[in-house]
Amino acid sequence: MDEQQILWFGWFRADIIKEYEPLFWEGLRMTVGVTAVCIVQGTLLGLLLGLARLADARHPLSKTLCRVLLRWPATVYVSFFRGTPLFVQILLMHFAVVPLFVNPADGWLVAGDTARDLRQNYGAVITGIVSLTLNAGAYISEIFRAGIQSIDRGQMEAARSLGLSYAQAMYHVVLPQAFRRMLPPLGNNAIALLKDSSLVSAVGLAELAYAARTVAGAYSRYWEPYLTISVMYWTLTLLLAWGVRHLEARYGRGDSR
Amino acid sequence: MDAAIRVDRLSKRFGRLDVLRDVSCAVGEGEVVCIIGPSGSGKSTLLRCMNGLEEATSGRVLVHGLEVHDRGTDLDAVRREVGMVFQRFNLFPHKTVLQNVTLAPGLLRGLTAGEARERAEALLAKVGVADKRDAWPNQLSGGQQQRVAIARALAMQPKIMLFDEPTSSLDPEMVGEVLAVMQQLAEEGMTMAVVTHEMGFARRVADRVFFLDQGQLLEEGTPAAVFDQPREERTRQFLSKVL
Repeated sequence: MDEQQILWFGWFRADIIKEYEPLFWEGLRMTVGVTAVCIVQGTLLGLLLGLARLADARHPLSKTLCRVLLRWPATVYVSFFRGTPLFVQILLMHFAVVPLFVNPADGWLVAGDTARDLRQNYGAVITGIVSLTLNAGAYISEIFRAGIQSIDRGQMEAARSLGLSYAQAMYHVVLPQAFRRMLPPLGNNAIALLKDSSLVSAVGLAELAYAARTVAGAYSRYWEPYLTISVMYWTLTLLLAWGVRHLEARYGRGDSR
Repeated sequence: MDAAIRVDRLSKRFGRLDVLRDVSCAVGEGEVVCIIGPSGSGKSTLLRCMNGLEEATSGRVLVHGLEVHDRGTDLDAVRREVGMVFQRFNLFPHKTVLQNVTLAPGLLRGLTAGEARERAEALLAKVGVADKRDAWPNQLSGGQQQRVAIARALAMQPKIMLFDEPTSSLDPEMVGEVLAVMQQLAEEGMTMAVVTHEMGFARRVADRVFFLDQGQLLEEGTPAAVFDQPREERTRQFLSKVL
């Protein structure tokens, strides 16, 4: 192997990276894919949780129902996922929760050979997507809640006074305004999600960090693989930040408050 | 003929504060009622109870016979017939002037985009801001914003209009233009309930005046009766300060 060494700057073994290039691209695809899916799902989950935490009603009975069935569960959920380490959540998900649902012997959702295949081929992907989505949803719900609460009450009142339902007023009047204010924190959250996806490598998801670890193990060289993925992560986060700034510039106009 | 709005022994409590105490009154079809009184007297709360923006602690509010605070009432349907104009305009800042006016009729009255736009343009012309149709709300003066807000409410073709201190956050030179639009509306026969500090307007336009003090309806009558021969000492005191 040594005869083909390519050295950059006298110490960086570029040939190692070259040899494992497909692994890195593969890992990049997985990282980007999982992050993208989780941003979309986490935002939807966050919206639902955020609305649940704000749920209220006019009449005493519905008021109590809102509190017990929506506000409290959502609050406990958010508190748990924000109050425990994501790494622990991933381990819990992979080794305890997913086996409960997908299990060859007696899975609640899937059982038998299908379950075995699913676990073998997609186990880490399922864990990664589910735990990152659940975690991101908790953080994003706080962004939605704050965003919605930051909109002047008069906006909701004006919309309702015209006869719009709560859902219509939310969709046409409150959320579009809240969304503009939420873009910067949502962008930060997306960047955090991208970086946090590296934690799922612990259960064997073949993303960027996993690729680096594989290469490091094969050569006992650490600078090359980890520096390489660092540059890749950095590039991705810069791109994301740029995209968010672009969106802000585009949707920021017309908002006076 | 039944009243457009009937308020029946309405009370409203915020915590330990009695905002409205056993208020009963009615606004007839086509009638213009001005609600006056010192700040904190419950005027705005009374008005906001009329379209269910505020819950009642006890008592009833009937709008065209429908009980606003009853669970079985489709409150959204009631509100479609009751326009409201707010002290702070509350235009939708992310929508243009035209979009502010077309939003509700487009969603709720089944108008096509073209019909909604046509109606909106006619109303914007009526309130004198036709040339601002493509502007954003924050590009308008306060008086223009309030006139757009009136057009927005009228676009639903309501049978009743509620005004909650519509000129209180306007610069003095813009008060007249908004009152003129309201007066025109009154002359066209709109049923109106107006919370206001504009005593000149109340005297000129109102059919009846309600005087509220400390959550109670102390006095009601024609403007001439209330302004010139108030029965209550409290009304006299208040009027001597504002007239």
